[in-house]
Amino acid sequence: MLSIKNLHANIDDKKILKGINLEIKPGEVHAIMGPNGSGKSTLASVLAGREDYEVTEGTVEFAGKDLLDLSPEERAGEGLFLAFQYPVEIPGLSTTNFIKTAVNEVRKYRGEEPLDAVAFLKLMKEKMAMVNIDQSLLSRSLNEGFSGGEKKRNEVFQMAMLQPKLAILDETDSGLDIDAIRIVANGVNKLRSKDNAVLVVTHYQRLLDYIVPDFVHVLYNGRIVKSGPKELAFELEEKGYDFIKNEFKVEA
Amino acid sequence: MNNELSAIEKTVLSDYKYGFVTEIEADEAPPGLNEDTIRFISAKKNEPEWMLEWRLKAYNHWLKMQEPSWANIKYDAINYQDIKYYSAPKQKKKVNSLDEIDPELRKTFEKLGISLDEQKRLSGVAIDAVIDSVSIGTTFKEQLAELGIIFCSISEAIQEHPELVKKYIGSVVPITDNYFSALNSAVFSDGSFCYIPKGVRCPMELSTYFRINAEGTGQFERTLLIADEGSYVSYLEGCTAPIRDENQLHAAVVELIAMENAEIKYSTVQNWYPGDKDGVGGIYNFVTKRGICQGAHSKISWTQVETGSSITWKYPSVILKGDHSVGEFYSVAVTNNHQQADTGTKMMHLGKNTRSRIVSKGISAGVSNNSYRGLVHVGKNAANARNFSQCDSLLLGDKCGAHTFPYIEVKNNTAVVEHEATTSKIGEDQIFYCNQRGIDTETAVALIINGFAKEVMNQLPMEFAVEAQKLLAISLEGSVG
Repeated sequence: MLSIKNLHANIDDKKILKGINLEIKPGEVHAIMGPNGSGKSTLASVLAGREDYEVTEGTVEFAGKDLLDLSPEERAGEGLFLAFQYPVEIPGLSTTNFIKTAVNEVRKYRGEEPLDAVAFLKLMKEKMAMVNIDQSLLSRSLNEGFSGGEKKRNEVFQMAMLQPKLAILDETDSGLDIDAIRIVANGVNKLRSKDNAVLVVTHYQRLLDYIVPDFVHVLYNGRIVKSGPKELAFELEEKGYDFIKNEFKVEA
Repeated sequence: MNNELSAIEKTVLSDYKYGFVTEIEADEAPPGLNEDTIRFISAKKNEPEWMLEWRLKAYNHWLKMQEPSWANIKYDAINYQDIKYYSAPKQKKKVNSLDEIDPELRKTFEKLGISLDEQKRLSGVAIDAVIDSVSIGTTFKEQLAELGIIFCSISEAIQEHPELVKKYIGSVVPITDNYFSALNSAVFSDGSFCYIPKGVRCPMELSTYFRINAEGTGQFERTLLIADEGSYVSYLEGCTAPIRDENQLHAAVVELIAMENAEIKYSTVQNWYPGDKDGVGGIYNFVTKRGICQGAHSKISWTQVETGSSITWKYPSVILKGDHSVGEFYSVAVTNNHQQADTGTKMMHLGKNTRSRIVSKGISAGVSNNSYRGLVHVGKNAANARNFSQCDSLLLGDKCGAHTFPYIEVKNNTAVVEHEATTSKIGEDQIFYCNQRGIDTETAVALIINGFAKEVMNQLPMEFAVEAQKLLAISLEGSVG
């Protein structure tokens, strides 16, 4: 589904990604771990198409298309979803209105008719129950005055509404207490299926207790330096990132 | 970062879709302004002597006045002798009913989305259509007359209801008030008149649609609206003009009078031609709008969505004379490209326990300048006056300006006056967040600005809120978002 080959990316001429290779197949959950500054969030942003980053080398294929050739909204239309580390506030725009616009824009991209109010409401009720989100949150301005947990839950709700092929969770656990992490993770787990994939970007192993990955990749200094089964996450938790840093110091 | 900004800027280059010209022969006065011009206009309208005298008085006063220069706007001096002060579309014969209106004119309004056919018209909206210097027709007149409501052009009111016009015209905005209102008083050629009798709740929205068509003309309309004791009316005006590379002057005067327990809600969707992206052409919109809450417990509420004009200079105000009266001002002003807006309100608290509320939202894009200028005055007898003002500015890009000039004068120590102001920039983070959800940049900008302006848009009558939302989007984008 997603095939990243030798991906290099810069920001302001500073090299951040220095040759990423990654294959994700439908139904799989991959976790990207790594110390601060290793390039985890950059990878998530580059995949979503943030223009601050310049891709200098490499290819990314997503669902049979050249991902790097698509605008951010086209990527969303193709089924790529990014759950933001810091969801943005838009005062005066109701969350429901925002999501309705998003759902119908994605449908338009796919050549589908827009959902009418009744159909949209039905879909919303169904997904609200699934990810355990309150109606009152959705009638408020988008993310405005939301707590950290509410913002992340809103991200997962949007993911449920948009039903992406690939969901990238960028540090979704940051700033959340353990109860909030569990709620958010439960939501994500309910959305897992054999047809879609999840890429979890995280600093800590604890989120992976709830969203259990099939593969764990360690990102360090712009490269994936180690890949393995879910047990690799435990090893990292136990030893800390220093052992990675020591092991790969030479290349840094 | 720079790329993202240019993406926003790209979407703010707008096309003005009302810029067509109707080919119709006009009955015009030659350019220039002197007493003869005024006599010409007055004669054309077959006005009584007192009206002509009033005009001449205004003209002679205007001659002694100086064009104001205190506003935060820049423009080349206007040559008042170059302007044509009267231009009326020539109709083949006198029109007795709406069905007889020249098809060309009817088509013009249909192209603007205004149907003069009562059957096709949005139910619940009566309309007076003004093109250049004259009203060409008013819908639903008979139905309104059954309730005693007078809704017609001001020219007709001068003929049919001279006692009302004579009593109230210039009572809120005297001819000596300011340069542009004095000019208007001298040369106004048409506009709307409305009288709501005691205790009547007007069952439909009243609306005037202004259209400038002819080249080289100015439009000077006069609106007078009187709500007698215990009555209610909601009134809306809209306006457009053709694309021309000259600047055309629009200097209107609107006077509102609310008697005891009466309420007037006055909404404006202003979409005059704003000039092109290099600042060539566009309407100079110098307008004086003022209402008086004459009686106790009366209320006047102004709502304006200002997207057009190359220059906007207007301060819809309320004189809170009656005790317990309420004044409101809700405004969204959008400036793009080279547009300049200096707009706001004056709330004059004179009576006891009077309240006012000001909500102003300025949106600036391109290299435009957008200023809020407002005065809250509390007189020495205005015990327990209360004001709340909120002025928010939103910037798109980094070459535009937002300015706030609040003035507060309080002469009674029981008054409570609050002022809040914010300035924010539309963020590339907000745009990217929308993009990532499948929403393109144009639509994202529309969502963000409509969210920003929501508090004001909510004040608009239902029938127009959707249109106004689209208009906001169009003013800032290449297409409807």
